[in-house]
Amino acid sequence: MTQATMEKVTEVNNGVNVEALLGAREALEAAPEAAQFKWRTTCDWVNGTHSRSTVDGFFGLGEEQGRSKSFTVEADHPEQFAAEDNAPTPAELALTGLASCLMGGLAAVAQHRGIQLYSVRATVEGDMDLQGIMGIDDDVRNGFGTIRVTFDVNADATEDEIKALVAQSQKRSAIFDAITNPTNVIVEVN
Amino acid sequence: MNYATTVIIGAGQAGLAMSQQLSQRSIDHVLLERGEVANSWRKERWDSLTLLTPNWQSRLPGFRYTGNDPDGYMDMPAVIDFLDRYARFVEAPIETGTDVTTVRRTQGGYAVVTNRGEWRCRTLVIASGACNIANVPALAAELPGGIQSITPMQYRNPDQLADGGVLVVGASATGMQLAKEIRQTGRNVLLSAGEHVRAPRTYRGRDIKWWMDACGILSMRYDEVDDIKRARRVPSLQLAGSKDRSTLDMNALTESGIEIVGRLVGMRDARALFSGSLGNVCALADLKMNRLLDTIDEWISHNDLPGDIGPAQRFENTRIAKNPRLDLDLNKGGIKTVLWATGYHPDYSWLQVPVLDRKGRMLHDGGVTGAPGLYILGLPFLRRRNSTLIDGAGADARDLAEHLHAFLGGRLKAA
Repeated sequence: MTQATMEKVTEVNNGVNVEALLGAREALEAAPEAAQFKWRTTCDWVNGTHSRSTVDGFFGLGEEQGRSKSFTVEADHPEQFAAEDNAPTPAELALTGLASCLMGGLAAVAQHRGIQLYSVRATVEGDMDLQGIMGIDDDVRNGFGTIRVTFDVNADATEDEIKALVAQSQKRSAIFDAITNPTNVIVEVN
Repeated sequence: MNYATTVIIGAGQAGLAMSQQLSQRSIDHVLLERGEVANSWRKERWDSLTLLTPNWQSRLPGFRYTGNDPDGYMDMPAVIDFLDRYARFVEAPIETGTDVTTVRRTQGGYAVVTNRGEWRCRTLVIASGACNIANVPALAAELPGGIQSITPMQYRNPDQLADGGVLVVGASATGMQLAKEIRQTGRNVLLSAGEHVRAPRTYRGRDIKWWMDACGILSMRYDEVDDIKRARRVPSLQLAGSKDRSTLDMNALTESGIEIVGRLVGMRDARALFSGSLGNVCALADLKMNRLLDTIDEWISHNDLPGDIGPAQRFENTRIAKNPRLDLDLNKGGIKTVLWATGYHPDYSWLQVPVLDRKGRMLHDGGVTGAPGLYILGLPFLRRRNSTLIDGAGADARDLAEHLHAFLGGRLKAA
């Protein structure tokens, strides 16, 4: 990093502690076993398509990790699905996960590159052909056809620098990877 | 038992440049070469390969290209001849046909066991290359029967391949070149592309390597870059050294009828699965190329260049299909061959000195390893961005020869 950008970094504040993240990266590189994390959620059925998930601890840095509070996330389906519309659909939550992951990454990359953000909005749209989940046509997949993410970024940066932020956030996004690449999913019944 | 102050393993450009540097310093040494001079160039490359650097850039300490085609690209016979002549020019003491089977520490240095006896030395320079073994991903084992799996180390020309379609995995220089020449035989070709580095062959009327040399990009030192670990993993530029100096990018391959798909990420029930991230890896490559061109434009604006310089250009972004293919049934898709152009790695199976990291990569600081008197040459971005190029061998060899000389004089310790 040149002296000029070093100075710029200290002025820029996106609310990201880059030094801590870089320190963590160095520590995890030296101790890869500490980098093995497990994320968890527990989902309880409420009624109909309405469910409530609870998120609290996770495993990482070699041990169980608690956090200051639990979070609940609800899901349901809209009235057009003969449901009560208590909460977003799981499909919308999946898109939300993608957007949030890209957003967090973008802010961190911007901080690291000394780019001040003023506002960022990601608009996400996923195509879905319901003939899949309804079992109408076996040739149609259940999941999304195409997902489009559109970013509006207001920042102290050129157009190409902003495009590079968005590209880098995809390159290092867990959820972008989870959606674009296959994952083995093991489902068991107790 | 034989003795030399320094043993150099490998007589390619790196080993020969080191030999020249040691001779300059009157350090007695020997080069142990498993085959002949330039062995990898002789035995492990495909027929159509040329250097990706123009002829004038083939410079070694005290020696350079003097032919009448400075802007051309050497084919393999020319490279072999060039290095043969360099070996004679520097009077390199080479033991050919000498395969190193074990290297271990001794009291005062190293023991180098070969198929032709054992050598002892105080200092050892590993110059056996970065591309000894082709990388093949684990999922290659899941290919259905009846599909030929081949690496660029085995590939010579399209005649070797079964009739039928070819899936080329990897979009760096190797994958791009081979996809293009296989497609020219009329076969259906799919190219699976992960992250890659795009560059035009010529820019503003000159070779891209001319600009990268002039701007100091090629000679940039390893201690001058932001993140050297990342810089060392950057794939090779998508280039070819063809007579017409044409650019080898994904748009050119698409125009030739090659289907570009995302990175190969899985195999399920004989279906190859491709990542949905193709758009992003292409965007990353387009942006990175434009930053390189910005650097060149900026440099031009600050330097008075003699001769004609073309106007600044920007190239069309990589075009990808609206909905790139995400999977391919290998039993039904007409694919008969998978070519793994997924990179290479060095072979250290003979090295019994603890200088490798947990992934088997050499730990070093600009070629100086943690073992006293043990040096490595010719790895990506070892000391400079051009460390793996013929043109980069000299400067790295000079630096490390200086270190080695000081070490012999008791003035320096290992990294």
